[in-house]
Amino acid sequence: MTPIIDESGSAGIVKTSILSLSLPPEGLLLECGRTLGAINIAYETYGELTPERDNAILVLHALTGDAHVAGCHTPEDKKNGWWDFMIGPGKAFDTNRYFVVCTNIIGGCQGSTGPASINPASGRPYGMTFPMLTIGDMVKVQKMALAQLGITQLFSMVGGSMGGMQVLEWILRYPEMVRSAIMIASTPKCSAQSIAFNEVGRQAIITDPHWRNGEYYGSSAKPETGLAIARMIGHITYLSEQSMNQKFGRRLQKREEYSYEFTGEFEVESYLHYQGLRFVQRFDANSYLYLTKAMDYYDAAADWGKGNLEAACSRVKAKTLVMSFTSDWLFPSHQSKELVKALRQNNADVSYVELDSDYGHDAFLIPSATLSRVVDSFLDNLYQEGEAE
Amino acid sequence: MIQKRLRENILLSDYDMVVSLVETGSRVLDLGCGDGALLSRLIAEKQVKGMGVEIQQDAVIACIHKGLSVFQGDIDAGLADYGNASYDYVILNQTLQAIHHPDFVIEEMLRVGRRAIVSFPNFGYWLVRAQLLVKGRMPQTVKLPFFWYNTPNIHLLTIRDFEGFCSKRSITILKQVSLCGGRQGRLKTIRLFPNLLADEGLFVITRSP
Repeated sequence: MTPIIDESGSAGIVKTSILSLSLPPEGLLLECGRTLGAINIAYETYGELTPERDNAILVLHALTGDAHVAGCHTPEDKKNGWWDFMIGPGKAFDTNRYFVVCTNIIGGCQGSTGPASINPASGRPYGMTFPMLTIGDMVKVQKMALAQLGITQLFSMVGGSMGGMQVLEWILRYPEMVRSAIMIASTPKCSAQSIAFNEVGRQAIITDPHWRNGEYYGSSAKPETGLAIARMIGHITYLSEQSMNQKFGRRLQKREEYSYEFTGEFEVESYLHYQGLRFVQRFDANSYLYLTKAMDYYDAAADWGKGNLEAACSRVKAKTLVMSFTSDWLFPSHQSKELVKALRQNNADVSYVELDSDYGHDAFLIPSATLSRVVDSFLDNLYQEGEAE
Repeated sequence: MIQKRLRENILLSDYDMVVSLVETGSRVLDLGCGDGALLSRLIAEKQVKGMGVEIQQDAVIACIHKGLSVFQGDIDAGLADYGNASYDYVILNQTLQAIHHPDFVIEEMLRVGRRAIVSFPNFGYWLVRAQLLVKGRMPQTVKLPFFWYNTPNIHLLTIRDFEGFCSKRSITILKQVSLCGGRQGRLKTIRLFPNLLADEGLFVITRSP
């Protein structure tokens, strides 16, 4: 088996590239019935594609992620990609073996076309005129982007949270293209509770006076308060009671006694404020609206099985690995198990691992030797099988 | 062929025995599959379509590294996610005595599988009886190596107990093999006084029509 965690190399200096999709003149028809022309997709790659083009792995990021998964952008850059501990030479996604690709989702705001992009028809940012997107649209676009990169077969694909929904959509929509798939802390559909949290986040943005129906681009006043609150709510759902107790408890921030004022005096308050502030610097409020909505709409059973997940899963050909975390209450284990059950009833080659973690939903973003080992074991077996052929 | 080998008392390992009992190309669910050694052999030698259930994380990862389909879960929680008669065999190898609700689990096995293969250490084995009778202490043997305070075996039973259970619950015993460990961990079959002379019982059972 390959080494388990870090120690070894980084993916090195990488850069985000932009790919312009070749579209028919009428543009790309989306699930909502509208079309979108001129689509750019930001992406990064790590490792080398084999001459047989049979070692590509697609990484699908979560709600607010981006294409920068591993390595760093400049030698001085101290911030590595968001899944650096998983991807690189000798790591679970071993770039000595695999060609790893990550694309920023359409509708996002980190290089790919989204509501903040200029509408070529009007010369102004789309804002709320941007068409509504679905997870299916995202996957369709990813497939087109990969084709332009010369990739028509995937050795594997992986995604956590909303990335996991995209993985599921991939193996349902393009079953012939995917040899294996890994879904982490994800779900075949959002529960009422997750939709509720997303809606509170959206309302925080929409009711921010600076939102102005999404036409805040170019203005100095942006719906930053609303977006920050949306992020704070989201962040609570990404943590767990245990991890919040461990991290903050009831400790006060830089003081011993209560101030009896409405300032963020508990550590957990100031942490959430900080998360909110940091987020508005890198994320677009309209993107947040569109992407959370796409997530809410997703229902694999409805889309592919007339409401029956087992019927939907009869399409799946990929060998799948489903993982969940014990303390994840946003997409709890039972939602992953529901998918595993549906796959198993179709005699699909599926494995399920429930990782013990206190970190809640965000656990998949936190370095873990066990997470690395599970993924490494899964891929290594497939890789050895390929070598033996 | 297999029966002939058994009659001839040819030494067989525990896994050899289970492998020999499973029909080629069948669908198998292995409960408490450990690192997947038995399942791998069933796939290699009997071309079964197999799936394992295991609760220990390291063992689950070992299964995944072997390329097996494995589900991390607790057998005691039942097999509610599994449809009726969805497997040809459900195997519970050397685990029955360590589960909390063995009667419930066996019923579940017979619901999910057309047949079940169950093996367990025989508490009626003479060496076990003798330790209790002569020393007056909880027995320790090769198959039962633990102390009373750290044993995972919470539902110890004898071959006769299991036979009684089957008759009471309308379960048909299709095949019964009584085994005793020989040298180098090899087993030999016991035909005479099995409840006294065998240290392991192995049963193939099915729901009575």
